[in-house]
Amino acid sequence: MDWATVASNLVHDTIVFSTALIFAALGGLYSERSGVVNIALEGMMIIGAFTGAVITNVIQDSGSIAPWIGFIAAAVAGAIFALPHAVASITFKADQVVSGVALNFLAAGLAVYLTKIIYNGAGQTTTLTEVFDKWEIPGLAEIPYLGHALFEAYPTSFLAFIIVFLTWFLLFKTSFGLRLRAVGEHPRAADTVGINVKRMRYIAVMISGALAAMGGATITLTTTSNFSHNTISGQGFIALAALIFGKWHPAGAMGAALFFGIAQAIKALVQVYGLTQYVPTEFIFMLPYVLTILVMAGFVGRSSAPAALGKPYETGSR
Amino acid sequence: MNKAIAVFTKESFLVPVIAIILGLLVGAIAMLAGGFNPILAYTALVEKVFGSAYNFGETIRQITPLIFTGLAVAFAFRTGLFNIGAEGQFIVGMVAATTVGVAFELPAIIHAPLAILAGAIAGGLWGSVAGYLKAKRGVNEVITSIMMNWIALYLANWVMNSFFVPKGQQRSEMVHDSAIITITWLSQMFDNARLHWGTLIAVLAAIFFYVIMWKTRTGYELRAVGLNPHASEYAGMNVNRNVIKAMFISGLFAGIGGAAEILGVFHYQAILTAQPGYGFDGIAVALIGGNTPIGVILGAILFGILSFGAAGIKFTAGVPVELIRVVIASVIFFVAAHGIVKVFVKPILKKKEGGN
Repeated sequence: MDWATVASNLVHDTIVFSTALIFAALGGLYSERSGVVNIALEGMMIIGAFTGAVITNVIQDSGSIAPWIGFIAAAVAGAIFALPHAVASITFKADQVVSGVALNFLAAGLAVYLTKIIYNGAGQTTTLTEVFDKWEIPGLAEIPYLGHALFEAYPTSFLAFIIVFLTWFLLFKTSFGLRLRAVGEHPRAADTVGINVKRMRYIAVMISGALAAMGGATITLTTTSNFSHNTISGQGFIALAALIFGKWHPAGAMGAALFFGIAQAIKALVQVYGLTQYVPTEFIFMLPYVLTILVMAGFVGRSSAPAALGKPYETGSR
Repeated sequence: MNKAIAVFTKESFLVPVIAIILGLLVGAIAMLAGGFNPILAYTALVEKVFGSAYNFGETIRQITPLIFTGLAVAFAFRTGLFNIGAEGQFIVGMVAATTVGVAFELPAIIHAPLAILAGAIAGGLWGSVAGYLKAKRGVNEVITSIMMNWIALYLANWVMNSFFVPKGQQRSEMVHDSAIITITWLSQMFDNARLHWGTLIAVLAAIFFYVIMWKTRTGYELRAVGLNPHASEYAGMNVNRNVIKAMFISGLFAGIGGAAEILGVFHYQAILTAQPGYGFDGIAVALIGGNTPIGVILGAILFGILSFGAAGIKFTAGVPVELIRVVIASVIFFVAAHGIVKVFVKPILKKKEGGN
């Protein structure tokens, strides 16, 4: 095998596997920038993966539009699923970490419960015949090695990069973004100038749910083609780590997500190239999680978290 | 008599009880939505658990690991840490116990205690990794301990596949009889339900939890650091060391749980295809039990009944067992968002005042 091909495949796969992490990390960004800890990204991804698979499965006779509709349905489901987290953390001032953990369990239980009901007791959805096809950017995709690496990807990957840019623009160039950041940094001050803190946080948490769910749907609609109990296995938490590693900035989160995607790409490639005889499979499976810990441990940046992160806001409090 | 009423109308008692009721209601709604009869299902659940001596014994078997993981999570909570990694600590406890149980041949009087001790230390060390990273590197213990759960799962499979699983099989060799902690006479009384000394150890662990947390200087420091790390530091306590210590002790509980599961229930270790789930349920157990040892035991009994009874609702009412996960998750949610629960508690408290 020649190394240029391997490198080309590695970059290609990294983008494939990073896409879901980018969506989810951006989801976490909205919520946490508004001051609400979102450890429920994992659960929201599960709901997205499940909804995307089921809806696409139901309407896949309608052809290549089906995965798009499944994808949008997943975003809607994610936003709705995020609502209890918003109610608990914003209105009822619950412990946001515990509430998030509860939602993760709820998602895992509910998605498999519903899968078994819909598919007559089977633990996974039937394999989708209609999923996203890769797009090739005309001309650029023809470039040797580089074309396959960068300009041949699933539409969701292109969308993810667009949303990174849109999020940056929204957050730092619009008054909506300024308000969102204000309620996460200094809710009291934001309240004083007439920003509805609770409403902003509700909106942020629901956007968060929609984006994380899009991340989950990306996985079922591109790589796995079905949903089962282990479709989402820790990616939500890795996305959260990417958000922290990326210092709560859209570009930073994207960079971190791409970095964590490498681990999953290596995992996939090692199996493709049959290198498992040299490295035990268990260690390859461990790689994304080990890498996440190592990166988090090597990175000290506590101070960059939004100042009011995790603190419920009481209207009129000091 | 009035005192008894006072206990049962206290908020610390009412909130978990109402959270449980609301959780069961969410489960009922989910069942109705799926076209099942919730009354039939919940009846089946209770009948499954109390229907036969064997099932009752097996329910106790199910409760035991939940006490351990519940204590693990509760202990960390008391010190201001969220140990979501009891799952991984439980797994490495299993691995250590299997290793000692299979690889060594010793007299029973040493072998079983040594295997349990190995499980405890493995769990403790695994937990203290998250504690160390929190204390020294400022990494959120929730993320690290989740990652450690996955690492534990694959590491366990690697250890088993490399050293203890015969070619072509999916489980390790049996541990030697000398390491087994099954209580044969008690098992026979319950139609061979898998009862073991681990249950007694779990109760002793709960007492140990109480003593160390509320009767020793160590416990005082741990609680102080949990309540206010800054004040504790000012008072001369080493916050970092206490964080690591707390995670170590927390991991001990989960590790013993894993060891007891191997030595008392299975006597071998299977290749894991998914997380065993006891660590996650331990979170629910700790929260519902108000992070007290007695509360943990009561919580473990409740969730043990729910998860063992789940097989009954599958068999009789056709409801997928994951329904119980929905119920447990809802209970955690309502305990976390106790503001919602208090909306329901208020009328009860008012009634009490009206009665006086």
